Amino acid sequence: METKKDVLILAIESSCDETAAAVVKNGREVLSNVISSQIELHKLYGGVVPEIASRKHIEKINQVIEEALETAGVTLDDIDAIGVTYGPGLVGALLVGVAEAKAIAFAKNIPLVGVHHIEGHISANYIENKELEPPFLCLVVSGGHTHLVCVKDYGEYEILGRTRDDAAGEAFDKVARAIGLGYPGGPKIDKLSKEGNPDAIAFPRAHIAGSEYDFSFSGVKSAVLNYINGCQMKGTPYNRADIAASFQKAVTDVLVDNAIHGVKEYGLNKLAIAGGVASNSTLRAAMAEACAENGIEFYYPSPIFCTDNAAMIGAAAYYEYLAGTRHGWDLNAVPNLRLGER
Amino acid sequence: MRVLAVDSSGLVATVAIVEENGPEARTVAEYTTNFKKTHSQTLLPMLDEIVKMTEIDLNTIDAIAVSGGPGSFTGLRIGSATAKGLGLALGKPLIHVPTVDGLAYNFCYTDQIVCPIMDARRGQVYTGIYRFENERMIVLEEQMAIGIEELVDKLCQYEDNGVIFLGDGVPVHRERLEKELMRERKISFAPAHMNYQRASTVGALGMLYFKEGKIETAAEHRPDYLRVSQAERERAEREQRKA
Repeated sequence: METKKDVLILAIESSCDETAAAVVKNGREVLSNVISSQIELHKLYGGVVPEIASRKHIEKINQVIEEALETAGVTLDDIDAIGVTYGPGLVGALLVGVAEAKAIAFAKNIPLVGVHHIEGHISANYIENKELEPPFLCLVVSGGHTHLVCVKDYGEYEILGRTRDDAAGEAFDKVARAIGLGYPGGPKIDKLSKEGNPDAIAFPRAHIAGSEYDFSFSGVKSAVLNYINGCQMKGTPYNRADIAASFQKAVTDVLVDNAIHGVKEYGLNKLAIAGGVASNSTLRAAMAEACAENGIEFYYPSPIFCTDNAAMIGAAAYYEYLAGTRHGWDLNAVPNLRLGER
Repeated sequence: MRVLAVDSSGLVATVAIVEENGPEARTVAEYTTNFKKTHSQTLLPMLDEIVKMTEIDLNTIDAIAVSGGPGSFTGLRIGSATAKGLGLALGKPLIHVPTVDGLAYNFCYTDQIVCPIMDARRGQVYTGIYRFENERMIVLEEQMAIGIEELVDKLCQYEDNGVIFLGDGVPVHRERLEKELMRERKISFAPAHMNYQRASTVGALGMLYFKEGKIETAAEHRPDYLRVSQAERERAEREQRKA
């Protein structure tokens, strides 16, 4: 029997403020990865405005898909399946990608594979680490998500911990706003903290009693705001770089502690990070150091695969496709979709 | 010529395939639902159903007509993304049919004025004013978002044999319209089967636009909301106060 050698997936991602499409071969080879970011537009409002995001998605989506196909040097006739993020995310934004993906799969009569956005972020690690295979532990940290996940097998996940309040990236955004850095906060705090002393101010590291893998970032965020208020009331100057560095260190310490603890408790020897905050240089350095000390293999994607992108959705869709996941034409956007849910 | 039409701008989800060969025109299939499921769950399964039933090869479609707004922002985008995806995959152009024009065409060739009203909330309706002459639709007032008083003023400017109202704004504003217009005009309200968006109508009007060359690429197409987003509106108001 003749078997088809390669599986080409066209993937679409529109869960927040990036309109993205990619062509991915066999889950690990990225033939194209096109991202149209709306960030400049949302800066005016200090954060993502859902209705504006949805409107931009519909304006850009065909151009982004066409460019992804063209860059990959393929046509829709070469594509074996369409992968699309259907949750979690902003419902109006997700719906654009979902409706578009369904229509294309329907018109070309090819399978439709719905993908969980976090599963995409985790799978971003497969792209540049050809040898990486489950089981491993993955820390997913972004503007909307903070999850510690045990990847037991392709498509099989156990969530060890999650944030109780703010996502890590959200805390970065709020602190950045408080010290006048603007949106998005993550990269700006990362940059400014290089000029500051991470041990200048002792911000709290929240460990949650009884849920050793959960996170909480609203406490450290409030501590930063209180610190600034206190300085302002006393009329003492404060050093923004020290605040940025100390805050970043407080967040990083907890992320690293919980992740390393998880790897050991679950008897694993591989740790990956994913999501927008995985681009943070302090987090990468601290995690690399902790992994080296503990004999753990450390994996992380390039920044272009950390930010929201469709290549990661293509990687995740490939393994779902192999596992037989197929969605119907009634696939809906699920804004609070849970990982591992079908 | 064969046109596939979709409309998910309002409460109704509706899809159709319409065609025309010389003097012979027909609606090959139409599927319309007004049901609690979201358009995201109904629109494409309905299209799949009529395509299967009629055994039409999608590649024989000449264009995709889509109700382009106004309407529910999310509903419009579901229809729009569906049409754009079909257009991209089939390599066919799109025909942007203004939602209110499509509604008005439900009453084509009446000698009365046709005035669709869609509930736009915030004290407004999406509406337009239409007349038919020599089997052609004349747009007296292009679709717009206005208050009901303003609409009454506009209607009073036209000579007519009566006004037919239709659309989901009727239940909301019927009493008011009866009170303000009854003395001046003969007015009537559409029965249920003619009151809502119909993809066959969108398709029929779309074929007229197609012949006039009013088409766009799938990439170019975007809904016409007739309104900016709330965040943009509030920001503009803030800027204005500052200035």
